[in-house]
Amino acid sequence: MDLFDELRVKFPLLVSGAEDSLCVSHSQVSINLLGPDVRLLAEHLQSAYGSRLVALFAEDRVAAENAFHNYYVFEQPGEPCYVILRAPVPADEPRFPSLAAGLPAVNWQEREIRDWFGLEATGHPNPRRVALHDNWPDVHPLLKSFPLRQVLPRFEGERHVYRPTLGEGVFQIPVGPVHAGIIEPGHFNFAVAGEPILYLQLRMFYTHKGTEKLFEDLPIHRAVFLAESISGDSAFSHGTAFCQAIENASDTDVPLRARIMRTILLELERVGNHIGDIGAIATDVGFVVANAHASLLRELVVRLNEALTGSRWLRGMVCVGGVRRGWSSEQRDLLRETMNRVERDFDSLVALVQASDSTRDRLEHTGILRPETAAVLGVVGVAGRASGVDLDVRRDHPYAAYDRYPFRVPVYQAGDVLHRMLVRTDEVRESFGILRAAASDLLSGDLVEGPYCAPPKPVPPGRCALSAVEGWRGEILHWVRTAPGNRLERCKIKDPSVNNWPAIVEAVQGNIIADFPVINKSFNLSYSGTDR
Amino acid sequence: MFKILQKTATTGIATVAYPDVPAVISAQFRGKPEFDFASWRDARPAADICPTGAIALNEAAGTRRVTVDYGLCVFCGQCADVSTDGAVHITAEFELATQHRSTLIHAADYSLNHDGTHQKMIAEFQGEPTLEEVGGKVTEAIRAMLGRSLAIRQVDAGSCNGCEMEIVALNNPIHDIERFGIHFVASPRHADMLLVTGPVTRNMELALQKTYAATPDPKVVVAVGACGISGGIFGTNYASRGGIDATIPVDVYIPGCPPRPEALLYGILLAVGRLTRD
Repeated sequence: MDLFDELRVKFPLLVSGAEDSLCVSHSQVSINLLGPDVRLLAEHLQSAYGSRLVALFAEDRVAAENAFHNYYVFEQPGEPCYVILRAPVPADEPRFPSLAAGLPAVNWQEREIRDWFGLEATGHPNPRRVALHDNWPDVHPLLKSFPLRQVLPRFEGERHVYRPTLGEGVFQIPVGPVHAGIIEPGHFNFAVAGEPILYLQLRMFYTHKGTEKLFEDLPIHRAVFLAESISGDSAFSHGTAFCQAIENASDTDVPLRARIMRTILLELERVGNHIGDIGAIATDVGFVVANAHASLLRELVVRLNEALTGSRWLRGMVCVGGVRRGWSSEQRDLLRETMNRVERDFDSLVALVQASDSTRDRLEHTGILRPETAAVLGVVGVAGRASGVDLDVRRDHPYAAYDRYPFRVPVYQAGDVLHRMLVRTDEVRESFGILRAAASDLLSGDLVEGPYCAPPKPVPPGRCALSAVEGWRGEILHWVRTAPGNRLERCKIKDPSVNNWPAIVEAVQGNIIADFPVINKSFNLSYSGTDR
Repeated sequence: MFKILQKTATTGIATVAYPDVPAVISAQFRGKPEFDFASWRDARPAADICPTGAIALNEAAGTRRVTVDYGLCVFCGQCADVSTDGAVHITAEFELATQHRSTLIHAADYSLNHDGTHQKMIAEFQGEPTLEEVGGKVTEAIRAMLGRSLAIRQVDAGSCNGCEMEIVALNNPIHDIERFGIHFVASPRHADMLLVTGPVTRNMELALQKTYAATPDPKVVVAVGACGISGGIFGTNYASRGGIDATIPVDVYIPGCPPRPEALLYGILLAVGRLTRD
């Protein structure tokens, strides 16, 4: 690959020249580096190619190679292939130069590497723990030497110190982790002067349940169900991302019928959640009637999910190689009939919301995330597209059957709550188009009765593979290294929420605290997906 | 305003009558797997494929105990797919909530053939409530007190958000839990019931204990979903304490992954003694 040749000529001291240091497979290129410092390469990829650092994570390879590996995943505009730089960190010198000062998008990810593996990000502007709370003992759970089932000592009480925000009339308002609504746990520490929010500090990882470590303990066929439990509202997206990673690692070709069915289910997940969010945003500004209609509509989608998969939340359907069941003609008819009805009712729901001036008044100019801030923070998905970040994995790195169905990716620059809602509205309409086309494809020729799952085969050990899915929130990444006996050595999960949480801190500044719920809802990030 | 009224009028009444009439659910829905223990020829494929270990085997001296724990089951249906002798089949039953954790556990002992298949069933068991379980439960008097208008505080102690989606759906116009005078409140201080999802993470343990302490007596605790009952697929690990009852006392357990809204409603009504059909 040209990029590899260019990099090893330009950076002979950084990029390994050995032929086996390049690996190309399933639209990903891996390049081995000679040391832990990627600063020059990252800068070059960014300035010469406009690359974006998609993810950063580590792996414990001490037993085999006496080193840890840091993986830097990049993408370039218009290039479906991901570039993965693998940077070894020697076990006896467990530190790597931080990128966070110039690239805030990796702030949490670098600190996670420290928490999980004990590798220090030197020069990190805020090297505090992020994933392990302050009252954890000095442990690094993703080290191979750390036993999964180890019971750690009990709590000795809260010790986390929030930065004080001082000034006349400034108050701090702590909220959570147990919230007033039916939502996931997290802690928000607001500093307010009167009504406007001066500063918000977030503390996440309350629902950390050892998921990545647990992947190393389960056979792959069970791990699919763990993937479905990373974020319950994105069960099918995370399940698909995981299965695709295994399929890439084992060179499994998924039959077209299964790829189309996955596409349909991924879009149903998107439609259901977006409709739910539109209703929830309306609720948070007091338009509860709109939410009543939205939740009726959502229930219609959820019931269709159940008729198609046996589960209202699309669980237990995706499997390595395809999907677990085909659809009968009755199920296909139900899909088309229900989508027609949902589409019609969706138009009337949108008309209802748009006709309300008071709703628009509350949403417009509220919780603005500026495009330049969104770009620096690496914001992805719905929140990114409302703030000028033109990314969509379905278009940029096609998977399932998305290459068959052209669609428009809505992008706005305003970055307020209203436009995060508009992105959802537009995307639901695009999804109807994809669903219609995909459903009619399933009526033709050998797709009616063709295979819906590739024949099972053993997964070869020692393979690394990346997979990406545009979940309804945004970009979901799964990266695996396989182990003998149909197991995994490592599974890295990246939910879009990891990038997007810090953006909420920016978006709420200067807004009145009463608008926080609707701003938060307009992002609707996953706590469990972040915390894992 | 006119448009809002018009849309409401054309929508009509959407609320279902469950539990007064049976729930209308898809034929594809995967509810409780039923085990015909006496005719089951081989439990090994089901135990091997079960993602959470809800079907577990213990072997000793030519015999095998097969244990089925509905408190761990995620209702994936694979046990029925791989049990070719037809002894396992998936039903549409979802009213699985119980006051006693042990009643979710069923078991059978088998003598074995040389190839490991079951020769014959020796005995079949269903978990009986222990004395401790019966003693610790809310009394009828408390139920009568709470059973009219009930205030619920939901606590996510570490869930994946799947159970929360169904709890939110309880408030939609179809399931409309407020028709029973049951409503969700913003503070444990206002609550009669804690509806808790799990597994309880290490980082939420203290918050759950504090929430429990902040809820005035008498109170009822309902554990929701496989993870809330037993830790589910996460089990107990360095970051997870497992089921809710390892941290605070639980009165009712609602199996499911996640339990559908009707199953939640059934469990909530059971907890306050308002199921009239029994």
